[in-house]
Order: sequence, then C-alpha cells, then structure tokens
Amino acid sequence: MSAGTDDAIVEISGLHKAFGKLEVLKGIDVRVRRGEVVCIIGPSGSGKSTLLRCVNLLEEPNSGTVLVNGYELTDPDVDIDRARRSIGMVFQGFNLFGHLSVLDNLTVAQRKVLGRDAAESERIARENLEKVGLAEKAKSMPDQLSGGQQQRVAIARALSMQPAVMLFDEPTSALDPELVGDVLGVMRQLADEGMTMLVVTHEMQFAREVADTVLFMDGGVVVEAGPPSKVIGEPSEERTKTFLSRVLNPVHATETG
Amino acid sequence: MPMSPRKRAQAFRGAQYGILVLALAAVAFFANWEKLGDAFFNLDAMSTQFPGIITTALVNTIIYTALGFALGLAIGLVLALMKLSSVGPYRWIATVYIEFFRGVPALLVFIALGFGVPLAFQLQFDTYSTAAIALGLVGSAYIAETLRAGIQAVPKGQVEAARSLGMSQSRATFTVVIPQAFRIILPPLTNELILLTKDSSLIYLLGLLGSEYELAKFGREGMNATNSMSPILLAGLCYLIITVPLGYLSRYLERRAGRQRDEGLEVTA
Repeated sequence: MSAGTDDAIVEISGLHKAFGKLEVLKGIDVRVRRGEVVCIIGPSGSGKSTLLRCVNLLEEPNSGTVLVNGYELTDPDVDIDRARRSIGMVFQGFNLFGHLSVLDNLTVAQRKVLGRDAAESERIARENLEKVGLAEKAKSMPDQLSGGQQQRVAIARALSMQPAVMLFDEPTSALDPELVGDVLGVMRQLADEGMTMLVVTHEMQFAREVADTVLFMDGGVVVEAGPPSKVIGEPSEERTKTFLSRVLNPVHATETG
Repeated sequence: MPMSPRKRAQAFRGAQYGILVLALAAVAFFANWEKLGDAFFNLDAMSTQFPGIITTALVNTIIYTALGFALGLAIGLVLALMKLSSVGPYRWIATVYIEFFRGVPALLVFIALGFGVPLAFQLQFDTYSTAAIALGLVGSAYIAETLRAGIQAVPKGQVEAARSLGMSQSRATFTVVIPQAFRIILPPLTNELILLTKDSSLIYLLGLLGSEYELAKFGREGMNATNSMSPILLAGLCYLIITVPLGYLSRYLERRAGRQRDEGLEVTA
C-alpha cells in the first residue's frame, strides 16, 4: 500500500554498472516511497538482479548515486555495515547459515550486529518465525527444511533485524511450484503491513496484485514504469508486450514473439 | 570358446589371489624366522621398556604433537586468511612461507630451530617450546592450504547473507565462513595430525633429557641398551596406538560429512 506522501526511502540516480566490458546497468533512476511495493520484471540478463544488489551494495556501481534510508551507499566513506542494518535481503538460494539452527540463524546477527541480549533476540526471532508460520521449526537445522520453509526462515531472519526496506531477489525461482504459494503469501502479508519492498520476480500475478509500481527492465535500462494495471495490463512499449506475452503464454510464445 | 566378461574377471581375480598366496608362502619359507624373532620380537628386551615407553615416551609424543598441532592451526589460519586477502603483500608473504615450509624437510627446520636460533640470538628455549614451534612451523604450511581450500568451498552466498545482515567482512568470516570451513576440512585435518605425530620423531635432533624422550628416541635408546631391535619395533607399535584411532576418526567424520551432504541434497532437490 502506498503511503501517500512522497518521502523517498530509496533514491537511485544515474546508476551505471559494468562487469568488465559488459555494461549491465546503463543509467537507472528509481525512487521508492516509504511503504511502496515495487516489483522489477524483465528478461534474464536485463540487469534487474544487479540493480537490486546495488541497493545494498553487494554490487558496487561504477557511477551514479544510491541513497537508502538516509545513507548514501555510493559515498566511499559510508559505514556500509551500519547502512545495511536497515536493508533486509532475501536471496534466490536462501543462503541460510548451514551450521546454525533456525533460531540461531535469526539471532546471530541481532546479537553480534545490533548487540541485543540473548533473551530479547530470541523473543524477536520467535515473533518472526511465528509470522512466517514456522514457530515449530526453531530447533531444526536448515537442511531439514523444504525449500519453501528455508525461504520463509530467510525472510524471518531479515525481518528480525527490523529493516526499513526489504529486497527480494527472485525469492521463488528456486522453489518447486507447489511451494511458491507459501512464500508469496508471507510476502503479501508483509506488503499489507506497510513494509517497503523491492522485489525482482517472474511471478506476474504477484506483481499485478501486490505491487504499487512495476518496473520493466530490458538491456540495462528501465523501459517502462507505472502501476501494474498499466505496465502489465496495458503495456505501451513493444519490448514490454513481447516479454509479457512470452511469460504469460509461454506455450504460444513464438506466435507473438 | 571366448570367456564371458564375468568369467574373465573371476579368472583374473583368482590369479591375483594365487600370486599373493605364493608371495606370502615364499616369504614364510625363505625368511630366517629364528634370527628375525631374536632381533625384533625379543619379549625380554621389550619388557624392559615398560612402563617408561608408555608413561614417558608415548605421553611426550602426544604432548609434542598436540602443542605443535595447536600452534600449526593458529599460524595456518592466519596464513590461509592472508592467502585469501585482497591485500597483495599479505598474499605474497603467505605464498612464500607456505612454499618454503612445505618444501624443506622437517629435519632442516628442527636443526635450524635447535641450533641456528640459539647461535644467532643467544636464545635458548626449553625442549617443549622448541618442539612445538618446529612442528607448528612445519604443520602450519599444510594446514594453511587445507584451510584455504575449506574456506573457498563455503558458498559465496553465505558471506553475502552475512554481509547483508550488517556483519563486517571479518565478522562474517569468523561467525559464518570458518565454522563451516572446519566441518568441510575435518577429515583432511585429521590426516595432518597423523603426519605431525610421525614428524614428532625428529625432536631427538634437539638433544633430549631422559624425561623428554618421545617414542622414536626412547626406542633407539632401548635398542642400544638391550642390543636388540625389539624396542624400536615396540615404539613403532605405540605410534599405531595414536594414529589408528585418528584414522578411524577421520573416516568417521568423512562419512558423517558425506551423509549430511546427501541428506541436504535430498531435501532441497
């Protein structure tokens, strides 16, 4: 749900990123308001994951500025570890810490980064496990969980840091189809609670129903941006139409593509 | 008529067993058991070795090895992190160190520490410190390479997850990467420990007091005293008391690590 006011929590301007000679991002400008849900869609190789990873500086931009929650990440003297405390990240491959139990996955950064004591970090961890519907898995090890459960634990781990923004990098792409729904359900609930979210996804129905804004990226630029009813419902750019017809109707893609 | 592959394999294996039995029979027949038994299996000579071979020699071997391994682990960890550092000079220093100590015979390290250092600096450490440092220097080069491989085997996503939770690079390394690296390298690390146990036999080069004897030295002194090879054979058997259980431990850890990997795959696949 949009917050109504125009206080930007993420401001990206003139962002360029190249891997060697390969230009992946060619000048991106994006503003995200507090409470806004932005879905980034586009073909693979379009730069959408790279863009998302620039928002917590897992990738370092070549030029341009990235402002998140008052921190200018692109300032060489920024305290990046402090800035990242307010930015939650959920990965395609879950990346739970394999040597720690579910509960310890949720408490380790609270204790070591935020300095919370054992009791408080455990209380917050259990709250968030409850929220993603996995309260009974606190003592399990990550490899005892299904992919969908692991991803929900990963979301709870990020939430335990009480971030101001959540980034999702294709959170359901590594899941069996029947497990996707649980994860999307948790994400929808988060959106309803007013969390600011940037989501790179191929789930068009999720983007259509949950996003306030959809960005369509191709070839390292934002081709089209707007509410889902426009970008997915009535795309104006040819590239957007081609992509959507391939995604929404893969069996007949050759006819339109 | 051509043999089936199964028959051929059976015949081949039969021939192998036949050769093995013949070789054993030849050894049994031609060896002079009487003289051999006298020299190596003289129970009287062996019995003179007790209890010192256990209470002094075996215990000292374990102490020297444990001290050396602990130091080797500490230096090895620093070297492994240096070798993976983004700072050039750290990498170069670590590379030179590892290549040097992995390449020179342990014998040379013991001589350098036992005689070179006292000459150069007028410093005289006690035997236990010198032994620990020498074994630590030798062991650290191997341990560093093993640790480096283990650290690199931890998926990059683990660091990314830790960093995006606000951990610094070093905090992520020590909280997330190294504990997982150790799980991966426990089996090869046990092998390093076995190798170090045997390298501890070189400590005699330092010149030892009777109370400082480790197994090899104790056995050789016993040889001189009894005029029999039996004490050194007994000392050799004592090494097995240490190394065989370690070997079992290593294989057990390997199996457990393999099982965890398999189970992990089953669930996520």
